[in-house]
Amino acid sequence: MKSYLPPRFVIDRDAERCIACQVCVRQCSFDAHAYDEEENEIRSYEENCVGCHRCSVFCPTQALNIRLNPLSYRPNVNWRPEFIEDIIRQSEGGGVLLTGMGNDKPYRVYWDHLVLNASQVTNPSIDPLREPMELRTFLGRKPDRVELDPASLSLKTQLAPQVAIELPVLFSAMSYGAVSLNVQESLARAATEAGTLFNIGEGGLHQNLYKYANNVIVQVASGRFGVHPQYLDVARFIEIKIGQGAKPGIGGHLPGGKVSEDVAETRMIPAGTDALSPAPQHDIYSIEDLAQLIYALKEATNYTKPVCVKIAAVHNSAAIASGMVRAGADIIALDGLRGATGAAPKMIRDNVGIPIELAIASVDTRLREEGIRNQASIIAAGGFRNSADIVKAVALGADAVYIATAALIALGCTVCQQCPTGKCAWGIATTDPILSKRVNPDIGARRLVNLLRGWSLEIKEMLGGMGINALESLRGNRLHLRGVDLTDGELDVLGVRLAGR
Amino acid sequence: MDHWKRVNNPYDDDKVIAACSLFGMMDTSGRRFSGGDIITAIANMHERGNGLGGGFAVYGLYPQYAEHYAFHVMYLNEAARREAESLLEDGFRVALAEPVPTRKIRAIENSPLVWRYFLEVRIQDRQTLSHDDYVLDKVMRINTGVRDAFVFSSGKDMAVFKGVGYPEDIANYFRLEEYQGYLWTAHGRFPTNTPGWWGGAHPFNILDWTVNHNGELSSYGTNRRYLEMFGYHCTMQTDTEVIAYAVDLLMRRHKLPTEVVADILAAPLWSQIEREDEEKATLHTTLRQVYGSLLLNGPFTVVIAHQGEMIGLTDRIRLRPLTAATKGHMLFLSSEESAIRLVCPQLDRAWNPMGGEPIVGSLERPLGKWEPVAVKEATT
Repeated sequence: MKSYLPPRFVIDRDAERCIACQVCVRQCSFDAHAYDEEENEIRSYEENCVGCHRCSVFCPTQALNIRLNPLSYRPNVNWRPEFIEDIIRQSEGGGVLLTGMGNDKPYRVYWDHLVLNASQVTNPSIDPLREPMELRTFLGRKPDRVELDPASLSLKTQLAPQVAIELPVLFSAMSYGAVSLNVQESLARAATEAGTLFNIGEGGLHQNLYKYANNVIVQVASGRFGVHPQYLDVARFIEIKIGQGAKPGIGGHLPGGKVSEDVAETRMIPAGTDALSPAPQHDIYSIEDLAQLIYALKEATNYTKPVCVKIAAVHNSAAIASGMVRAGADIIALDGLRGATGAAPKMIRDNVGIPIELAIASVDTRLREEGIRNQASIIAAGGFRNSADIVKAVALGADAVYIATAALIALGCTVCQQCPTGKCAWGIATTDPILSKRVNPDIGARRLVNLLRGWSLEIKEMLGGMGINALESLRGNRLHLRGVDLTDGELDVLGVRLAGR
Repeated sequence: MDHWKRVNNPYDDDKVIAACSLFGMMDTSGRRFSGGDIITAIANMHERGNGLGGGFAVYGLYPQYAEHYAFHVMYLNEAARREAESLLEDGFRVALAEPVPTRKIRAIENSPLVWRYFLEVRIQDRQTLSHDDYVLDKVMRINTGVRDAFVFSSGKDMAVFKGVGYPEDIANYFRLEEYQGYLWTAHGRFPTNTPGWWGGAHPFNILDWTVNHNGELSSYGTNRRYLEMFGYHCTMQTDTEVIAYAVDLLMRRHKLPTEVVADILAAPLWSQIEREDEEKATLHTTLRQVYGSLLLNGPFTVVIAHQGEMIGLTDRIRLRPLTAATKGHMLFLSSEESAIRLVCPQLDRAWNPMGGEPIVGSLERPLGKWEPVAVKEATT
């Protein structure tokens, strides 16, 4: 069938610069470049180009530039090119439109409408280069009060298990299969070096990663892949995955083609079979079922580690979160509308869920109204782009944030959304052994540690500017935020005043 | 409910911002002395205020009514007094009601009526509440329910005198040189806006706790939202108010001792905790984990007092001044050493406490036998 899809990108190849070295041919896993031996020239197959920039970054003579195809349709507010091309794609292939990464639609990004405070005159700003500045954060259930023995003044209260992180950033769940082992190893090493945690996702913990177990979060998801006693025992905390921001309400499907021997062993399934994660956890049809799973996991690990419950941020997140805390969750993870994925139906990714900013605000407010905010930590996820987003999230009420897309970008990802193809030219979202080698864990870990270090310095600068020297004094401190260009309703949900007020 | 907010924070800022002078003096043997010295001392720090607030707290003030709750109540008009008094008469047996004696002076204009009452809780009224919670409830009712009335103080054997003016003028107005007490604290205020409301001056009081505060809490939003979970409503929108509530929560309700409370409000740095022995490190880590939201961040010095105890504390990186000094049984706390030297030139010792290090004077641990510094490792 002749495809009616026009190429999305134009490949500009500067003939003067091109030396026909074929680096682009070898780097492109989508076959957008080919070598013509007879003419000793490189040819472009633009219909295959995904705009990932692998070729242009590696072209030794800078002969390549990738541009959006300027091909125009007759303007139509309703029938925009994206919808036309989606229909073309479905009429040629049938089935569900699959995509990767997070929601790319122009929903309001509230971070861009929130501004931070700084001290002037009445309160000195603090210089983090000269004064202590503390980012250490403890995740886990906190009691209402501390009790001391009245006579000896020794501590009577024993806290539920707590997990310390040195900056309020953790690596969010990315499973083996969705990403390569080298990516997981990069994350693992970086988390270990930076004093934070990485989430192994729902695909099990590969044997090679057990040495990083002190910094691992393990997931128990609806497919229960790779869950066994040792897996639970080694983890810093356990995360029950109910939902994911990129695809609230639906499960996952790792195609059999990606299930190599190694992936199969880690997931504890036969090689080459599809790994299906059901939409719900079939032993959790209501809140009391969740409580049972939480306590089953606590029993299984002898109450030595916190149990986290991760949900996609949806309309009733506040009430759901309150129920989760009452069901025994020590940490709740909220994954917002812009949370990413290795594969999701496009309609779900682009249309289901609510922005994380609003979810943080409403969940934090609700838990405080009910007097149970201290009983669980909140980790927010879903599209955090820089350290300012993180500072704003903490001021809204989060204890820490999960990042995944940002971490992958540090490893080379350009958010081209081709993850479900398994052909990632950057060697990230693939299990292809050749492509996977493109991520070197030594270099990957270095890049990630650099990113975290940079963010942590920036967070300290922003805190110092606000006259704060410990992150806990910013948590839920919405007075340090002001809204710009937001409606009264939005300000009300965010619990933030308009700038100037 | 919003009444206080309207008068105390007419511009509806996040919080009322003020800086100031602080002074506290206590005879830890319990000997009572007149207000003459503290008036001289606080007047010496005139430049630190701007005449928009001055006040004093005195303990050991009313020995003849030591078992009665002493209410000092401010009224803007007679109607407010009648309304508040009917509330008081409903809830208490009134042993004495009288206007607080004042003298007319040029510096103090537009002064409200200030009355004092010595009250006994009627047993049949208090139901299941403790006496303190009963009194607290009545104070909140007057403050939030009666327009133009505000309770300055409501503790036993103590009172707060305060108003709009320089502290020395307030002292003159209330004839404080005529009173005696074993513990005096004073405050001169420099608010950055001009509410001109007598209730907004320091000391801030809740039951017999008083707080004098110099500084601005950058953690105010966090502190406030945490306290709201425990039923405290910060209607006045001042950071001093959150300090008072935090102290009430930690000391009265959670029964934590002064040193531990100081370790919460001005928590030791992680780098210091890591050097401590295991037991201490565990305690400090637990306190920071549980009470992290009560860490007072930003510059502050506070002089906190309650029956039998005076506490001086700065933020942990010491962004506001505090000088401590001792002479015999006397403990002095001041924003400036010169103010102490003015009233007591020959001191046994004068020093600047470390950031976050509480200085405690207590009737139970009189100076001479006890050190005023809680046992706490020096921050390096």
